[in-house]
Amino acid sequence: MPFDSLRSLRAMPLLVNQLPTGPYYGALAEFATPADLYHACERVRDAGFTRWDAHTPFPVHGLEGAMGLRRSPLPWIVLGLGLLGAALGFLLQWWVHTAAYPLVISGKPYNAWPAFIPITFEVGVLFAALGAVLGMLGLNRLPMHHHPLFRSRIFERVTDDAFFISIESWDPRFDPSATPKLLESLGARRVELLES
Amino acid sequence: MAQTEAELLDNPVAGRPTLILRSPDFHSITEVVAGPVERPAPLGWWLCFIPSLALLGLLGVAVSWLFWEGIGIWGLNVPVGWAWDITNFVFWVGIGHAGTLISAILFLFRQKWRTSINRAAEAMTIFAVICAMTFPGIHVGRVWVAYWMFPIPNQMDMWPNFRSPLLWDVFAVSVYGTVSALFWYVGLIPDLAMMRDRAKTRTRKLVYGIFALGWRGSVRQWHHYETAYLLLAALATPLVLSVHSVVSMDFAVSVVPGWHTTVFPPYFVAGAIFSGFAMVLTLMVICRKAFGLEQIITLRHFDLMAKIMLVTGTMVGYAYATEFFTAWYSGNPYEMFTFLNRALGPYAWAYWTMVTCNVISPQLFWFKRARTSIPILFALSIVINIGMWFERFVIIVTSLHRDFLPSAWDYFTPTMWDVACLLGSFGLFFTLFCLFVRFLPMVATAEVKTVLPQADPHWPAGPERETMDGRAALRARGASAPAPEGAP
Repeated sequence: MPFDSLRSLRAMPLLVNQLPTGPYYGALAEFATPADLYHACERVRDAGFTRWDAHTPFPVHGLEGAMGLRRSPLPWIVLGLGLLGAALGFLLQWWVHTAAYPLVISGKPYNAWPAFIPITFEVGVLFAALGAVLGMLGLNRLPMHHHPLFRSRIFERVTDDAFFISIESWDPRFDPSATPKLLESLGARRVELLES
Repeated sequence: MAQTEAELLDNPVAGRPTLILRSPDFHSITEVVAGPVERPAPLGWWLCFIPSLALLGLLGVAVSWLFWEGIGIWGLNVPVGWAWDITNFVFWVGIGHAGTLISAILFLFRQKWRTSINRAAEAMTIFAVICAMTFPGIHVGRVWVAYWMFPIPNQMDMWPNFRSPLLWDVFAVSVYGTVSALFWYVGLIPDLAMMRDRAKTRTRKLVYGIFALGWRGSVRQWHHYETAYLLLAALATPLVLSVHSVVSMDFAVSVVPGWHTTVFPPYFVAGAIFSGFAMVLTLMVICRKAFGLEQIITLRHFDLMAKIMLVTGTMVGYAYATEFFTAWYSGNPYEMFTFLNRALGPYAWAYWTMVTCNVISPQLFWFKRARTSIPILFALSIVINIGMWFERFVIIVTSLHRDFLPSAWDYFTPTMWDVACLLGSFGLFFTLFCLFVRFLPMVATAEVKTVLPQADPHWPAGPERETMDGRAALRARGASAPAPEGAP
């Protein structure tokens, strides 16, 4: 069992890059409290499911661990773009003052790099912030205005006070009759089978 | 026994009170925040919105006349080449800083009380930056060549000077505005999804739905989202410190006595946070009452904000003293004259208004009664912002009006168009803020829900005293406060 969950961790894709084909999108289970959801997530993880997700109105801390998620790669994207922005910001100033429009100002050298620091920093921050937002949206596959989950009436409360687990039908362990039963046994308040 | 909020703040024995009063459930937070956006606008909102819109109209008239006639319609002239325009610019940029402090710096320091006020404070930041950017934009006189400020070669094949603090300022303020807007929008996504899921009409569902980007609150999404939020906070923190430092360098890098001072960057940042918190307080006192948010924005929040204002106000007072010391210690007669002229010259009334409002009045916040009294907080928040406007006026105008040549000395007096631009900028600010509270949830519900005790997946294993109800239960049982750990 522990090896099983380790293997499933490694097999877990970074991005869910397509929606499942077949008659069902998957099973959706509603839980009443973050604590119920947390324990159910641990059990779903340990049962070896890989194509599944939990849905909460606010970030519940520790749930990434209970689901077995890896660290987000976003910091590397932000670092890379931040450094790129800073480099471009510096190059622009250096090129303008040494090549495009060289002017002697206050008797200083053309490449007066200390004076270029503020703008280098600002452009670096701008690129890094854009990287954080666009990178987050990209990793999350947003915007995605149509999703089978939105067809569920009970799912409307996901932004209010309800907590959900969805197991997608393309998970190798998914079974249209056994999976909803498993979710019910984990303390779900309501379980739905969603059509594709 | 019913206790007042102020008494609850005063009872350290029974453990920390919860940040949100009366232990609500998740749904009631949603209701309290989303309700005012969904109901028709109350009369009070119109009473704020219409005068704000009228003042915005005044700004439109003043700016149109300015473009038509030129900056001669303002009272500035040699030697006072910068007056209310740049005063207003620095004032508004400063206001913005508290929003970033609350949303980014307090987030990094894990100050959970920020969740109740961060959304509105960030909105305030963006609107203040919009007001601020108006002034450098219009004060150039020939607005049709304002694009010379951008890093593009113009028709004369000329590039801007990247070594000038004025150009640093263009970059700093525009990056600051962009990053603040991004940070605010990222924070809004889950709440826009909440508005989408609650929407009763098709238009609302469509509009909120488009901006919610299809947010499903999935843990895989939250996982990247929270990383992005943390990174944005970590980026906004040095950014906000750089912005007012760069603004101060517009002055400090020059050789004008009274401006050429190395203490300016930290002094400007402290002043910015000070005035920004005062503005947050002004807005929150009104919104909390108007939208019934007393449960979420509590006296404890005001108490903490007042403490920050006491600290930053005193830092500003220290900076005023440092300037005088440095002027004396420099032995430079021009420097000494400028500061004596500031305190005793023709603008002494402005200088002492500034000192009274910024240094003396916040000292009231040493007293808990002042920190938890809404009328005192509201009055002081306005007094402090008057003081902070005067601070910028004093720095800019008193340093310029008596320059090196006594034959050029002058006394600056504003014209009605100066006044119209200042009042108009308040119109712009309050119009935007009114629209914000009307159409967007003004409290970050997803974040407020995380500070409720039941949001912890290990709740209710924690001790009873963690919640206000737990404390009431303890009192009801006649038990004294729980014994400290390790006590016999």
